[in-house]
Amino acid sequence: MSVQQGTAHRPWVDRILTINGWLIFGFLYLPILILVIYSFSDSKIVGVWGGFTWKWYDRMFGNPEMMGALSNSIKVALISTVIATILGTMGALALDRYRKWLGKGAFDVIMYMPVIIPEVTMGAMLLIWFTQVLPINLSIWTIILGHIAFSASFVAIIVRARLANLDDSLEEAARDLYANRWTTFRRVTLPLIMPGVMGGALLALTLSLDDVIITEFVQGPGASLLPVYVFGLIKRQVTPEINAVSTLMLGISMVLVFVSLGFQARSRSGSKGN
Amino acid sequence: MRRLVILLAVVAMLAAACSSSSDETTTTAAGGGGTDETTTTAVEAESDLQAQVNACQPGETDGDLNLYNWTEYIPYGSEAEDYEVTDLVAKFEEEYGVKIVQTFYEDNETMLAQIEAGGAPYDVIVPSDYMVSTMADPEVNLLVKINQDAIPNLVNLDPLFDNAPYDPTGEYSVPYQAGTSGFGFAYAALDEAGVDYESGISWGLVFDPAMSEPFAGKISMLNDERETLGAALKYLGYSVNTTDQAELDEATAILKAANERIAAYDSAAFDDLLMAGETVIGHGWNGGFLGSYDQASTDDYDAYEDFGYAVPNEGGIVWVDLMAIPVTAEHPCTALTFINFILDAENGGDLTNYTYYMSPNLAAYEYIDPDILGDEMVFPSDETMAKLEFIADVGDFSLNYSDAFAEAKG
Repeated sequence: MSVQQGTAHRPWVDRILTINGWLIFGFLYLPILILVIYSFSDSKIVGVWGGFTWKWYDRMFGNPEMMGALSNSIKVALISTVIATILGTMGALALDRYRKWLGKGAFDVIMYMPVIIPEVTMGAMLLIWFTQVLPINLSIWTIILGHIAFSASFVAIIVRARLANLDDSLEEAARDLYANRWTTFRRVTLPLIMPGVMGGALLALTLSLDDVIITEFVQGPGASLLPVYVFGLIKRQVTPEINAVSTLMLGISMVLVFVSLGFQARSRSGSKGN
Repeated sequence: MRRLVILLAVVAMLAAACSSSSDETTTTAAGGGGTDETTTTAVEAESDLQAQVNACQPGETDGDLNLYNWTEYIPYGSEAEDYEVTDLVAKFEEEYGVKIVQTFYEDNETMLAQIEAGGAPYDVIVPSDYMVSTMADPEVNLLVKINQDAIPNLVNLDPLFDNAPYDPTGEYSVPYQAGTSGFGFAYAALDEAGVDYESGISWGLVFDPAMSEPFAGKISMLNDERETLGAALKYLGYSVNTTDQAELDEATAILKAANERIAAYDSAAFDDLLMAGETVIGHGWNGGFLGSYDQASTDDYDAYEDFGYAVPNEGGIVWVDLMAIPVTAEHPCTALTFINFILDAENGGDLTNYTYYMSPNLAAYEYIDPDILGDEMVFPSDETMAKLEFIADVGDFSLNYSDAFAEAKG
């Protein structure tokens, strides 16, 4: 809004910005739209339109290995997101609240490591950690642990950014009104950082749903995830079945995004009501 | 600065913790630089499994099979129905009363890392040829020797795969499916340029400037140093496994010169590029091209009329994926029984009718769809076969191939 007001006397700037906005929007979403459209194409070659069909969806749902990989993916994504969000939020609070504790500086740096280091390194590290140091057998749980390991950092970084902008006086006011620490956290702090927490959770979910490299390093018997499966499929044959399964995953992610947006809107109006 | 010091200290502490605890707990045959104590445990663990393998009887099972395979590489479920072949997973489960738990990988190297680290209890893996030689190397020792007495169907194998460079003694691996790399092409483009393909084609379609000119910008090559430099070496009449730097330099030079005519180095979508008309000549694996031609064909359209595949006359590369039992296996007898099951004549036929790859199983030929069997694109003529080479491990010289490929691509 402020941009429009500031440039009201130069409408062409406004127009260029609008065009720019639409171009970016198109750049991001047109490929997705095309992917969805071709999932209904009755031609075996991806990218050649052959009339409308549901058959790729039929084949996808009839393919037990692919469905197994999909349900593994969803299971891993949900569990790892919940745990990573809790751990990441706790980590962010610890780093933000307690100004001085032994090893805080180091912890601070380490927190960013999974974001910075290449995925291949992370995958190999986790593999050695699980199999040589712990040592446990690889399974779906090692994938979940691996996903938590990288997504918790992303959550922590996002929540910390939110905490940095938080006005301390709000919590002080709550305590002045005899709210104990837990009540302060639950009624004041958490609602205020909720957008950060939800943003972090969504990021964790997305990262988990499409990770190939780390997953392939730590997967165990019977625990293939969809991205690895699809990647392997490309080596042999690319059919619109891949478009269909991508569309399905896109649909699932969008439902999750809308659910979380709805949740955020409700919690915001809820906190205003108080 | 202070943060950096702290970071370094923490990293050092972690490293120390890791190395000390791994010394105590290493029980796998990860190889490389352990103490005497760990090496002994590794050898003992390995020989334990080897003893189990040696004691297995034909048809014996000792639990469910953990199969680590490439995606959709064995007919199963709706896929088997689509291709009208027997569901081999279901058939094995029914015949032997054990389950097959499939897990998929899409990269030999990641699979290697998992087996090397231990903790990945797969009973049968399906590595490519060069990966077998890496894994069977006595220094890493990641595969157990196959108990040949438990696999009576070994007699069905094509002798072509005896004494292969990836496993000279044949002790560690059993062929699963094989194929060639060569050119997929659009007949129309070759006709237009006046190329006679009836008596076979030449690698010159890419490397000979005059012959290649009409296809400039419409060619894709595999993004694979050994395959693509191998093509150049074959064109020059050298072995694809040369360790002569002068020969490699020569191949690098002609690939570099051809670079301006090459539209893409692509190992994943070479067939799609061809089918979509982005290229008219594509260097790739036969299974990829044939699968695409087949998928594109409908009742009214036969893609084989428009597109072909051939190994050039100068010869080319033959690859093979093999079944092997890693040292982390927990059900070795089921593994051997499964390998024997795949080598069965009828099952081998179903496998090739599904994958469109060359079968290493001679007895299976009578069960293979005659269209596939009679197709020189899948089963090359004896004359061509004689000029094919396996990619062999060239040791440290492989770095020279990497450098040469990077230089040629520019």
